[in-house]
This record gives sequence, structure tokens and C-alpha cells, in this order.
Amino acid sequence: MPTPRIIVLRAPGSNCDQEAAFAFETAGGKAEVVHLNRALENPKILAAAQILCIPGGFSYGDDMSAGRVFGNQIRHHLAGAMQDFKAAGKLILGICNGFQILIKSGVLLPDRADEPIATLTNNDSGKFECRWINLAVEGSKCVFLQGIQQLYVPIAHAEGKFVARDEATLNALERNAQLCLRYCEESGANPKSEIRSPKSFLPYPINPNGAQRNTAGVCDETGRVLGLMPHPERHIDPTQHPRWTREKQERGDGLAVFENAVRFFG
Amino acid sequence: MTLWEVDIHPAPGEPDLLGRSTAAQARDLGLGDLSIRTARGYLVQGDISGEDMQRLARELFADLVVETTRFGKIGYDELDVDPAVYDGNDAPPSTLIHVLPKPGVTDPVADSALKAIADFGLKADAVCTLRKYWVADLPADRLKLLTTKLLANDSIEQVILGPLSLKRIDVSSTYQFEAQTVQITTLSDEALLALSKVRTLSLTLVEMQTIQAHFRQLRREPTDAELETIAQTWSEHCSHKTLAGMIDYRDENGERKFGNMLKETIFAATQRIRKELGKDDWCVSVFKDNAGIVRFDERFNIAFKVETHNRPSAIEPYGGANTGVGGVIRDTLGTGMGAKPICNTDIFCFAPPDMPAGELPPGVLHPRRVMRGVVSGVRDYGNRMGIPTVNGAIYFDERYVGNPLVFCGNVGLIPRDQSFKEPRPHDLIVAVGGRTGRDGIHGATFSSAELTSQSEKVSGGAVQIGNAITEKMVMDVLLAARDRGLYTAVTDCGAGGFSSAVGEMGGEIGAEVWLDKAPLKYEGLSYTEIWISEAQERMVLSVPEEKWPQLDALCKSENVEATVIGRFEPTGRLVLKYHGTVVADMDMQFLHDGRPRVERKAVYEPIAERRLQKAECKTPSSNLQSAIPNLQSTSDTFLSILSSLNVASKEWVIRQYDHEVQGGSVIKPLTGVANDGPSDAAVLRPVLSSRRGVVISCGMNPRFGEFDTYHMAQSGIDEAVRNCVAVGADPSRIAILDNFCWGYTERPETLGSLVRASLGCYDLAVVLGTPFISGKDSLNNEYSYEANGQRRTIQIPPTLLISAMGQVDDVSRCVTMDLKSAGNLLYQVGATKDELGGSHYALVNGLSGGHVPKVDAQLAKKTFAALHQAISSGLVRACHDLSEGGLAVTAAEMAFAGGLGAKIRLAEVPSSTPAVERREGFDDVLLFSESNTRFLVEVPHANRLHFEAALAGVPFAHIGEVTDGGRLQIAAAPIAHQHLPPTWLVDLDIATLKEAWQKPLRW
Repeated sequence: MPTPRIIVLRAPGSNCDQEAAFAFETAGGKAEVVHLNRALENPKILAAAQILCIPGGFSYGDDMSAGRVFGNQIRHHLAGAMQDFKAAGKLILGICNGFQILIKSGVLLPDRADEPIATLTNNDSGKFECRWINLAVEGSKCVFLQGIQQLYVPIAHAEGKFVARDEATLNALERNAQLCLRYCEESGANPKSEIRSPKSFLPYPINPNGAQRNTAGVCDETGRVLGLMPHPERHIDPTQHPRWTREKQERGDGLAVFENAVRFFG
Repeated sequence: MTLWEVDIHPAPGEPDLLGRSTAAQARDLGLGDLSIRTARGYLVQGDISGEDMQRLARELFADLVVETTRFGKIGYDELDVDPAVYDGNDAPPSTLIHVLPKPGVTDPVADSALKAIADFGLKADAVCTLRKYWVADLPADRLKLLTTKLLANDSIEQVILGPLSLKRIDVSSTYQFEAQTVQITTLSDEALLALSKVRTLSLTLVEMQTIQAHFRQLRREPTDAELETIAQTWSEHCSHKTLAGMIDYRDENGERKFGNMLKETIFAATQRIRKELGKDDWCVSVFKDNAGIVRFDERFNIAFKVETHNRPSAIEPYGGANTGVGGVIRDTLGTGMGAKPICNTDIFCFAPPDMPAGELPPGVLHPRRVMRGVVSGVRDYGNRMGIPTVNGAIYFDERYVGNPLVFCGNVGLIPRDQSFKEPRPHDLIVAVGGRTGRDGIHGATFSSAELTSQSEKVSGGAVQIGNAITEKMVMDVLLAARDRGLYTAVTDCGAGGFSSAVGEMGGEIGAEVWLDKAPLKYEGLSYTEIWISEAQERMVLSVPEEKWPQLDALCKSENVEATVIGRFEPTGRLVLKYHGTVVADMDMQFLHDGRPRVERKAVYEPIAERRLQKAECKTPSSNLQSAIPNLQSTSDTFLSILSSLNVASKEWVIRQYDHEVQGGSVIKPLTGVANDGPSDAAVLRPVLSSRRGVVISCGMNPRFGEFDTYHMAQSGIDEAVRNCVAVGADPSRIAILDNFCWGYTERPETLGSLVRASLGCYDLAVVLGTPFISGKDSLNNEYSYEANGQRRTIQIPPTLLISAMGQVDDVSRCVTMDLKSAGNLLYQVGATKDELGGSHYALVNGLSGGHVPKVDAQLAKKTFAALHQAISSGLVRACHDLSEGGLAVTAAEMAFAGGLGAKIRLAEVPSSTPAVERREGFDDVLLFSESNTRFLVEVPHANRLHFEAALAGVPFAHIGEVTDGGRLQIAAAPIAHQHLPPTWLVDLDIATLKEAWQKPLRW
């Protein structure tokens, strides 16, 4: 199996780049952390990778709004390179701040800068929160989520509430299976049979931020671009599970997301 | 040039989160239900057209899915229309309040906006952020209360009622260079003291006289820069002159003279331990660098530092705590050749947040506001830096009302061969990171002074605001430069700014600094201001000239500013120049060794032991009442302790910290079946490819200090170590740190209590083999104010924080505190003594007296080793230490964290008091005593014999079982001479216990 190359694109204030690279390496990829300035100087360098990952953190301080400055830099300087990357059938993953950037830049849901389709805004709780949450996969469109039915991973954000421009947009995204990852209730003893599609709006903290339709992750029309607020790279090792001392784990839930990406090029 | 204002409002139907939280906090302040609308905004100064401004408003400032914008030239009427009436609705009249940063105060969002505007191909000259509040009309006095207590902080922000009428927002002024000297050689003693005060030098008369004599000898007057440099270098904050000074100490055991108190107690313990370890010594660098360093594995060492940031946090809680975290991160970054920060730890002491506003002394912020601000400040800096905040504690006591304490700690990982630094003669002095502004002038000297109700006014300049992203960028390039070998030494710019950093680094060599080269945030700073500014996020490097081009290129490639500001010249002198003119020329030796040594007196008078009794009431009639404590029922006492603030859940705080970032989390601050039980210590894997773990915990018992600070100190060490051991740390590899926060140490009794605590530290650390590797003190924590024409002073309780850093070979051997399975056995390890003095049992029942917990050092060492043996052999399923609230609280926490019940028989609890000697009420001792070196341990039946064998030789007993009934049932011990069957002394549902524990701080 050829080893795909991953670029983890960091900017001032990115801070989950090391563990994201480690997750891809654990999954069998070859990951390199690259500063955004290198891509701005020479957008062609992105073409060397098969997978682009924009990691979590607080790029440019999340000043103005989360992901705004990085997102604008993509809109102003890297739109073509991103378009080429997608058109080449490659994969893009945005985690937490990376999701915010993919939305604000229009890479995930193509739009006009002054007519955005959707956003990730302040949590209903009004504050940053770090907690573990349950996720259910909806549909089978997204490459990163193939074969996964549920995930238990942490969130850590202040601006993670997914809001679409209007009801019609939301319905279209849902119909098109792009709202591919949802917050869900903890499943019972036999999770696989009990996963229910979470249609109704779930209360805090099951839906930790008040996201519409309990949306935790969104993919593009092709299923090859995924943005998600939770952090799969923080559940690679069994001892990262908050209850590993009472529920023995074989492996971390999040690893499958990275393995799917690497396997896509296998 | 135009000054534009862009305001951002929630879109119709979207919540006004700031308005909502402001209204909630106004209610807490007693202002009733206020109707508040808010907007945030930006002032943008520059030649920008209306069309471009609209584009910026829509594509940069607002998030159009959920927000709307209004913009116009400043003063445009529509900007100030209350959102409640904006769409033509009727609403009662309201007052508009603008809040803006004061000129010159760091405004990170504005800095980002400036750069982001440039990315649109536009140019703004200045940006300033603002907040707008529309508040239903209030009487003037209540409006003032609202603005001063809630909306704005006067030390960093300005309030403008009604429309803005600013013309421009850039703060530059011109600076006319003039070398200043200060007349000192002819001054009288009174005038010397007055000079020290008026310049906030915080120097004593003897020190001023020494400086005077020095310059008389030189036959000249000092320049202002020279005088300031000496004041910074000799400040308590930088030189620890009190504790590292000569102290003549006397207690009941006689007199002892210290030449250097810290060296002869705290450091001496470490030296003795290292000597005894011989070739197995695992300390690497202690008490000399910015952080202490110990061995971790074959490739790495780990560094740990805990700082205090009390004074700034009292005045501006958010900025103070924010820069406290930023500062301690720079400490580890500036240790050796630079350590990579891997986790933060934050401990706070506050007054109770429910203190009525009317009972506060004048000039202090409400403790609830202090707590909210401090927590937010820690959260925003740590989270933005991408450093997990994994451990902490909050201690509440009314005496912290004027002096809240904020301890910020950071652990760093450093390659073994990068653990030492040495600047070389002729190396360039390079400043990296943030620009220099007027912020934080006199932080070092101010932090060494006593706070008064006037402090907020006089020391506004001492407050700094942090910008975590700037520091993150510095960290990124610094670690890359370290690995490429581009510098020979690094240190942080902390208190005293360049003056301390360059003075310390070049102390052995000599240095020449070109102050005009330092990049400034705005024009108008004098050379002295540049030299002593405590602007944040700056590091100083010593760079060989041939490496400078590479370092410069690396920094530029990540938009980090790096500037050559001087050179280490082998002259033994510190020379400062401004555009070629010498403005200071000092002998390094005088600077570092010239401070006069003062001998201080310290006295400790032991307090006679009294039996536990109802605290004396102030009303005379109460003296006649019975001396027998009139207590609540055992269950009520139990629930009161669980709800007492020190014990209650801190989940509201913990959830706001990212404790997962960097991906190495093993034991989180909250644990158990619902992820909400209190862990004893945090464990993380700093190297993701390795199974080796770092363990972080702390211990602190200010209430014990009222009995004897010797035992308080030992209890703090025991608590920190047992927390580490409880999760699986190897007790022979635990390093500890001390942070003394004390009152006014010029008083012999106050200093005496501190010396006594240090003696306690020495005695226990040596026996346990836990070396102190770093420490920091903060003295003179007293708050003075006038009330009814009298000066009153509040002294904080003696507060010693012990932080512990342990290690585990394989994290999969760690245990958590939540009960795991019904049927497992519960053991108490360690004996319970009649030690209710200073306990939370005494606190909630209003009792004083009693015996304060002591530590049996030899037994503690044996107990920790035996328990570690059992844990590392995999015999233990859950383990939790016994601390505040004793056995009762520990059992409750383990039960509700595990979602299981437990049965405990007090008759079986190991105790140093034989059953025949126990009086009525001894059950309360067994339940609530806070004796040291105790654990409650869950052991599966199958491991029973092996566990008991491992614990041979230390006190332990099987005292109960885990049950699945969801109740905590505790059986009273039968009284020896009454042959009654045991009864349930406590029989409570775990949901009730958990609710009592979670409710108080569920904000």
C-alpha cells in the first residue's frame, strides 16, 4: 500500500498540529507540519500531499471570530490551490478550529464571502467547554467516516454551534447527507443496534453547544472534505478514554478516522 | 483620514450572550433585573472608503449568518440607537455606555484586525475595540455601581456615557530625549525615603543609603535608569532578599541564626537528598534557573515552575491571571536552552464568592468578580497556548478579600543535552516577541509592596494584558531555533523587563544595550521606560553573531519580531545607550552583590493546645453558654462539609480549561462513571510514543497554619505527595516546589511563622526523599484601608502551596478514585488520629481548638512505598486520599464518582487511639479527622492476601465493601463499655451526596 503524504497546515495560534500529525502517522501515513506562510509564499507546495489537515487551535487568536483570519487568507490567496486539491480527488480534514476555517473560507461549503452559507458560532452556554461527547455517523457519504457508527471523543471549544443561513439550506445539507456527524445520547450495552438517528434537538450537554440538528461534523458534496468540532486525534490511545480504568479499551475510537483517510489511497 | 465605527449586533432571533451574562452578573451584584442590550464594535482609523469599510464590516468583522452590522463615521447617530427601538419598536428610554481600552493598553484583537485589514489590500492606521451597553435608565448611583463593578475595569478601561466624540485613536506621542540624573548624594534620610516612595522604588532606607554611598564614592549622581535598575534588581520580587537573607530566629526550642534562611532549610533538604542518592541522583538543575529540572527518561528531562501573580490579579483579575500564566510559561521556555511547555497547573485563594457587597472593605473588587476574572484569564491564556491545564485547587477564606492569591505553574519537557545554558562574551543580545510599551512599569517593585485601597489608582501602569498568540508564535520559533543551535542562552522578560533579563544573563560578563533599537508599540517612551517595561511575551536570547542571520530568517518566516538590542561585552559593566549617548554605566558587581544584607528578627510563639470547642462569640452573653459544642447531626455535618466551598466540586472551572490538548491525557481532573469525580492528581504522557507518565498534584492547608505552621507545611507536603502516590506515582521520584504567600514579614512574628514552616519543610522532605527543585515567595500580602477614621489591615493566613511532580514508568498501571465493582473490599491505609483542629468539621460547626494534624515522617515514607508497591503490582482498583472532610468525604466522592454504594464500619478503622480510650463522639473523629498519610483503597477479593502482604508494617484495615445499592452506609463504632449493636450513623443516597457536593459552585 503506498503511504499517502499528509500536510498539517499550522498558522500562528494553531496548537493541535503535533497530535494530529501523530494520529496520521499512527494510522500509517507520512505527516509533515507546514506553516501557512510557506503555502502563502508558494501555494503549489500543497499539491505534494494527498491529505490536507487543518488542525485545532486558535489561529490568529480567533480574533473577530473563530477561523476568520485564516479563512480570509484562504479566500484571498489560496482559493485556487484548494480548488485544485479538491478537484484532484484528495482529502481535506478540518478539526475544531480547522472546521471553523474550512467553513469561513468557503472550502467546505462553497459560498461568497459576503453571503456565507453556514457558520460555527458561540456555544449557547456562552463559554469554552472541554468535555467528552458521543457522536453518531449519519449516512455513508464521508470518506473519513466509512464503517464508523459511533465515536466517543472530546470537544474543546467556545464557538462550535453549527448554524446554517436558513431552514432551506439546512434541509438541503441534510438531504444530501452532508450533516454526517451528529451529537447523540450515550448508547446502551449493545451500541450498534441502538444507534438511533438523532432527529430531535438534543439538550445540553449531549449537544454541547446548541448546534442545529445536533451537527458536530459536516462534509462537502463529494464526501472527501470533512470538518468536525470534536477531536478524534485526542482518542488514539486507549488511555485517553476518560474511563479507561473502568472500561478496558483495545484502541482509541478516533484512530479509525485517520485510518480511513490513509486507506483511501491504499 | 477617517475614524470609522463598525458595530456588530446579534441578528434577529439570535441570543445576545454578552447581554445575558451581564444581566445575570448584575443580579448577583444586587442590582435587580436589568434589561441590557449589547454590541461589540471596532474603531478603524485610516484612509478607507465607505465601500471598503462596508466590505470589511461584512467579510471581516461580522459573522453574517448570526450577526448584523451597523457602521458609519464616528458620531453617526444610527450607531447609538438602542437595538430595542432600532426596528421601530417602542421601548423605555435607555442609557448608552461605551467601554474602550485606555490608550496604550494592549488590545490583541485590534492588533489582529490591523493585520487582517492589510490582507484585504487596505491600510488602517489604528484599530480599537469597544463594547456598547444599552441599559434601562438607572439612578446615577446605581449606574455608577454597574459601570465600575461590572462593565469596566478602571485600571485598563475607560467608560464613556452617551455618544463617542473621539477624533483619533492612535496613542503615539513624541519623545524628546534628555538624559536624566537624580539628585541623591546630598539627600537627608527623610528625603531618600521620600524619593524611594515617589518613584515606587520600594527600597528601604539602608538600601537607599548604600546607593547614596556608592554614588558619593563615584563623585556623581545616578541617572534615572541606573536608579531604576538597582531598584528592580534589589526588589523582593527579583532577589528574595527577605527569605534568602539573614534571620535571627527564636522559638520554644531556642535560637537559630540563618545566614541565608532558604539556603539552610529548603535548598539544604535538596542538597542532602542528592548527596544521599549519590550516583542515583535524579535532580538536574535546582534553584538556579527559571525552573527546576529533573530527569525523566533516556531522552528528556522535565522542568517545573510555579509562580505567584497576586498583586496584578487583585487589581485586574483577568489581565493579572492571564499574564500570570503567560509569565510562568516563559519561565519554562526560558529554562536551560528552552523547555517545551506540556501542562499548566493553577491554584487560587479567594474570599467566599457569596460575601455581601456591603461587607467588603473599600477599594477591593467583589470576590465573585475576582474569581470569574481569574478563571477566564487562566482559561484564555492556557487554552490559546495549547497547553492543557490539568491540575489545580481553589481555597476560600475571607482573609483573601484584599489579597486574592493566584499561583500559576507550568511543566516543560526538555532534551537532556539542552538543560543548561551559557551566554558567551561578544554574543548579541536579541529581543524576541512582543513589542515594548508602557505596560507593567514598576511591576517588580509594586509587587513587593503592601496593597492599599489606593493601589488601584496609583499602580494602573503595573497591570499588563497578555496576548497568548504572540507567545505561542515565540514558543514555536524558539523551540525550532533551539534544535538548530542558533543561540547560547535564553531567558524570559518577566518582572523588571529587559533590566532583569539582561542584568541576570550578563551578570558574569557585562553588557551594552542600545535602548533605541527596541521595537516599541507606540512612540513616546523614554529610555528608562523601555528598560524597565514589563510588556508581555518577550524573551531575550544570547546569539553568536554568525548565527544571527539564520535566527533572523527563522523568526521572519513565522512573523515573529526579533531585534538585536545590544551585546554581551566582557567588561563587567552594564552600559545603556540611547542613540549613542550613555544613559547608564554600572558595575555589575555592585548591582548583583552590593545590596546591604539586613538581619531580620523572627519569633515563633507556640500556641497552647486547646480542646475542640465552640468558637468564642463576640457577644458577651455567649460566654455563659455551655462549652459543649452544640453540633448538627452527623449526616447534616457531613452534607455541610461536602457543600463547603473548599470541598465542593470545581467542575464549573475545570470544564473551561482544555485539559486534553497535546493528546497525552491519561488521568483527567474529573473522572468516574459520569466523568465528574475529583481526581487526586493528573497524569499525562508528554511523549506520545512512550508509556511513561508525568504526575502533577498539589497540597495546601492554610487553616492548619493557625495552629502551627510547622505542621501546616508538613501536611501540605504529605497531601501533595499522597495525591501523587494515590494515582500510581513512584514516591522515590517525586519532586516538590514551594510557594510561600505570607503577610508583612517585617513583623518578627509573621516572619517567624514562615521560618517555622520552612523548618517543617526541611524535616519532612529529607525523610521522604522528595527534593524541592524550585520555589517562589510573595510577601507583604496585607490589605490596608480606612474605616470610621481608623486604619485597618487584613493579613492573609499563612499560605504555603506545595506542588508535586511525580513519574510513572507505565501509565497503564495508574488508578483512578472512582469505585469500580460491587463486592470489592475497602481498606483504609494509614491511622486516624484525634486531629480535628483546623478541619472542615470544625469549620462547618463553628469550632475552634483541637489537635492539628501532624505527620509521622518515617511512617509516611513506609506507607507511601508500600501502597505504591500494591498499586504498581496491579492489586488496586481505586484509590483516593483522605484530606478535607476526612474518611466521610473520601468515601462519598469515591462512591458517587463510581455510581456505586459502600458500607463502612467505623469500628474497623485503624486509629492510634485504642478502643477502650475512646469517648463518646469519637465516631466523628474517625469520620472527619484530617490526619495525614491516609488513603481509602478498593481491592478485589482475589487480591486480598497479596494486598495485605504488600502493606505489612504500616497501619491498614479492611473497613468495608463496595455495594451496588447506591447508598453510602457508615456504621457507628460500638462504644467499648456499652454493648449495643452498631447502628447506621450515616445512610445517604449517593445522589444526595453528589448534589450537596456539586451545587455550591454550579455557576
